[in-house]
Amino acid sequence: MELKLKVLLIGLMTAATQVATAQNSNIGLPNTVEAGKAFSIQSSGNGKAVLYIVGPDQVLRRDVELGGTTSIPAGTLYNAGHYVAILVGASSTDSGAFDVVPTNQPAALRFLAKPSRLPVGLHNGISGVVYVFDSYQNLITVPTPVFFELPNASGSVQTHSVTSRDGAAWLTLDSTQKEGATNFVARVGGISSARVIEQVPGEPCGLRMSARQTGQKLELQTDPVRDCSGNAVPDGTIVTFTETYNGSQSTADVPLKRGIAHIEMPAYDGARISVASGVVMGNEIRWGR
Amino acid sequence: MIKSLLIGCSLLVATTGFGADQAAVRVEPTNLQSPRHLEKQTEAAVIRDYLQAWQSFDTAFDQNRIELLDRDFVGSAKDKLASTIHGQAKLGIHTRYQDRAHDLQIVFYSPEGLSIQLIDNVEYDVQVLDHDKVQTTQKVKTRYIAVLTPSEVRWRVRIFQSTPE
Repeated sequence: MELKLKVLLIGLMTAATQVATAQNSNIGLPNTVEAGKAFSIQSSGNGKAVLYIVGPDQVLRRDVELGGTTSIPAGTLYNAGHYVAILVGASSTDSGAFDVVPTNQPAALRFLAKPSRLPVGLHNGISGVVYVFDSYQNLITVPTPVFFELPNASGSVQTHSVTSRDGAAWLTLDSTQKEGATNFVARVGGISSARVIEQVPGEPCGLRMSARQTGQKLELQTDPVRDCSGNAVPDGTIVTFTETYNGSQSTADVPLKRGIAHIEMPAYDGARISVASGVVMGNEIRWGR
Repeated sequence: MIKSLLIGCSLLVATTGFGADQAAVRVEPTNLQSPRHLEKQTEAAVIRDYLQAWQSFDTAFDQNRIELLDRDFVGSAKDKLASTIHGQAKLGIHTRYQDRAHDLQIVFYSPEGLSIQLIDNVEYDVQVLDHDKVQTTQKVKTRYIAVLTPSEVRWRVRIFQSTPE
């Protein structure tokens, strides 16, 4: 009877030891690893095994000895993502999961700036979007301040700070009042990226012409054509002169040359002459009576 | 009004014997942090193309064929997935991914319309095969950030990254 009890106790102890071994054979993994950093994986048991670290972004396979620590050197696992670690031994398979997270050091920006050309003074006319990456091209998803800078021709700079959300930061800006090319810059830490934005004069503003008779003709000439910010409207912009007389109408389209449109039209007594450029109307002249 | 759209699972058809089930897809109301309005057709196209990208990814990883990524992935997303497939082939392993459920939300549509970002709380199974011997099958639940950009005829995945929930 005593012998049977001893056998039973020994059996129970052996079983308990086996259970403990099975429990201890779990793979020891960190929950998260920073991209490119060294880390280690603990295992228990003994004998040879194969360690697989598998994810859509990277895959590793190592022959390891159970019961020790397997070191994954720095620079080995660097693509951010969710990974499954599997330890396949002769008689058991253990597994676990962990995440590789981006480093917090921005190293690259993807900067989309639109449009590349637009009129001056356009409300919310410029948009900029930045995606922030680390040196392994992982999207940095922790909130990161991004600075946007838009200088104008007078030398002053519009600066805005936007904190990224899920890796993206964006803003819209008014174009400046001054024509010309400008560098639209996005900056994170010491990293910057620039896009050239060409700001062109807007629609003519305060279009005005004058008339002078030379013989049977009227010489019509505009004042220098400018937009509402005072920028010269580019040469080639079409200015339309319309003369109405005795129920008939004649129209002439004239491109700006050196900022001025000039044409001769018949000098009819009582004619009405108007000037326009696109949808912008200028003044009207009634000639003679 | 809060809307939720269940997209027909016909978009997802497993191409392997591993779990021929179709993924359940739930689309959360958009939570856009951008001034650009998202048209219904655009939203539907983005979600359709994203789910088809998962299908391409599943097949490409199972067959270790990088070219199967071409239709749906571009840029760094494609480069990283292609590199993994290359690594798998070199090691003599392949992986069978079977997406089980997607809980999607579009969170950003860039003002100029050139990128769209979504969050996918996804559940999938992954089976690891070493020289065609199944080593394990694991269930995974994680959160993906995806950025898609328009190409000639479809939205393609440019950033495809899992982040801790």
